[in-house]
Amino acid sequence: MSVEVKTDRSVVIKQSMSQPKQSKLKDFFSVLMLNKAALVGAVIIVFYILIAIFAPLLAPYDPYEIKLENKLMPPSGDHWMGTDDKGRDILSRIIYGSRLSMGVGFAAVFFGAFFGIIFGLVAGYYGKWVDSIIMRMMDVMLAFPGILLALAIISALGPSLINVTIAVGAFSVPLFARIVRGSTLEVKRLEYIDAIRSLGANDVTIIFKHIFPNILSPIIVQGTLRLATAILSAAGLSFLGLGAQPPSPEWGTMLSNGRDFLFSAPYIAIFPGLTISILVLGFNIFGDGLRDAFDPRMKK
Amino acid sequence: MQTAEKKKILLEVDHLKQYFPVKTDSVFKPKSYVKAVDDVSFHLYEGETLSIVGESGCGKSTTGRAILRLDEPTDGKVLYSGQNILDFNKKEMRKLRGDLQVIFQDPFASLNPRQTVKQILNEAMAIQQVVPKDKRLERMLELLGYVGLPEEALDRYPHEFSGGQRQRIGIARALAVNPKLIICDEAVSALDVSIQAQILNLLKKLQNQFQLTFLFISHDLSVVRHISDRVMVMYLGKVVEIAEKKALFDSPHHPYTKALLSSIPVPNPTYSRERVILKGDVPSPIDPPSGCRFHTRCPFATEKCKMEEPALREINRNHYVSCHFAEQLFQ
Repeated sequence: MSVEVKTDRSVVIKQSMSQPKQSKLKDFFSVLMLNKAALVGAVIIVFYILIAIFAPLLAPYDPYEIKLENKLMPPSGDHWMGTDDKGRDILSRIIYGSRLSMGVGFAAVFFGAFFGIIFGLVAGYYGKWVDSIIMRMMDVMLAFPGILLALAIISALGPSLINVTIAVGAFSVPLFARIVRGSTLEVKRLEYIDAIRSLGANDVTIIFKHIFPNILSPIIVQGTLRLATAILSAAGLSFLGLGAQPPSPEWGTMLSNGRDFLFSAPYIAIFPGLTISILVLGFNIFGDGLRDAFDPRMKK
Repeated sequence: MQTAEKKKILLEVDHLKQYFPVKTDSVFKPKSYVKAVDDVSFHLYEGETLSIVGESGCGKSTTGRAILRLDEPTDGKVLYSGQNILDFNKKEMRKLRGDLQVIFQDPFASLNPRQTVKQILNEAMAIQQVVPKDKRLERMLELLGYVGLPEEALDRYPHEFSGGQRQRIGIARALAVNPKLIICDEAVSALDVSIQAQILNLLKKLQNQFQLTFLFISHDLSVVRHISDRVMVMYLGKVVEIAEKKALFDSPHHPYTKALLSSIPVPNPTYSRERVILKGDVPSPIDPPSGCRFHTRCPFATEKCKMEEPALREINRNHYVSCHFAEQLFQ
């Protein structure tokens, strides 16, 4: 027994709008704020970035000025972190060095992310043999130990800060490509992609306008975590003498320079080392916090 | 309903096949395929609603996707206004896509979460170039009016809407390009019953208003009964029975259709009826049964059914059944 109601008039139902829910961005920040460690990480990163931006205002001395009469002075009121074997103020050098070290890190991650995202999107979207070829190439790159790959690239291009950036960036490409490919596969099968395809959109529009904005979260998390590794690798390569060359106040180079005085003047190596460690720690815990904040299961 | 002969055929599906390759355990084994849609033919008259019903996995959604070329069919023809659209190149296809639109099942997955309603509708119009730029806003408001959404909806994101409202946005997007045929792929299955009724009535209203043709894919027989002119029943990638709605519901000829119809719940506790309960599960479409695909579960199967595949034949006017014994079983 069923009842069917028939009317001659057309039935018009006016839909009422529900109140807008809390925006996604707000949601995201509230989760991030709850995570104390991530907040500490964010504060560290912002602090370093401000130092890099305002380096000329903050540095008490010229980082390049050699004053041999001041050489190897331990930390004091005049030189908070002491001076190195050529009498240069270590604090000033670290402050100026933040521009170099962080610049290399950001540039390398940007470089790696750019190519990794394109490879990942193309592999994930087109699938089949395109996917196989791209991902096997990425696997080959991943099979090299990072430092070996960097050494190979630098020995081909010559030691310089730019080449270190390329080398470190190249190692990030397959990592980004993998993550982007996975997310693309996931988003690609959603119905709104079919809907836009059935409207006749071309592949470029679908990939960059409809898939890319929806896979940003894992890219941002990976990018933040990669920054830590990139800065560390760049400093490591400079330490080995493959990156920034001696007069420049790059942290890895300074560390390498301080190595000769580890017993007589340990502060020359300790302060740049500490600087690197704290920044890398900051990026790592901030990256972990971001990952939690983006994870829908963490939402309250 | 008028006599079918007078009606114009809008879409004709001819021996459509959609096979998906399956990974085999060994490279030495021959490749096997899931025969999701296996030799399906039917046609759609202009302005009618044809429903495809069947269990999940019977190939009804795959048929819809193949017509839209969202998945490229393995074989067969899809004739739209007499032209085989499977031969169309990219440019011709893009032009045609304005005529063929689709409404999806999941209102939470069918809208890009990062686009506002305005961007969604604008993009549809921009791709198909149906409305000049300066007239688009006007047209968007008109579209929202058709689907019963307020004007404030324009600047909102999909997550701010309920399921029913999102489905209305999906319908507005489909309407934005002035389509002739809309494929509704389980368009109301994910909604509450009360919202289902609203959306179904909306679809009916829009059909009258814009002379739309619907290919309505559903597993819900009461929904199908409400909206269809004709109904097509599918089982394991094959058409089992096609008939006008009344004929199909009142006098189903195929044993599978009978079993399917007897599963509709009746809201009357004192009413007793003959319930046909099928034994076993749906066989795998990778290695479908020989002969009639239904013979493994059919209570009336004979040797002939195992050997010989029944053709889809007309037993009454506009009533097609693929069963060797359709006439005998009906008596």
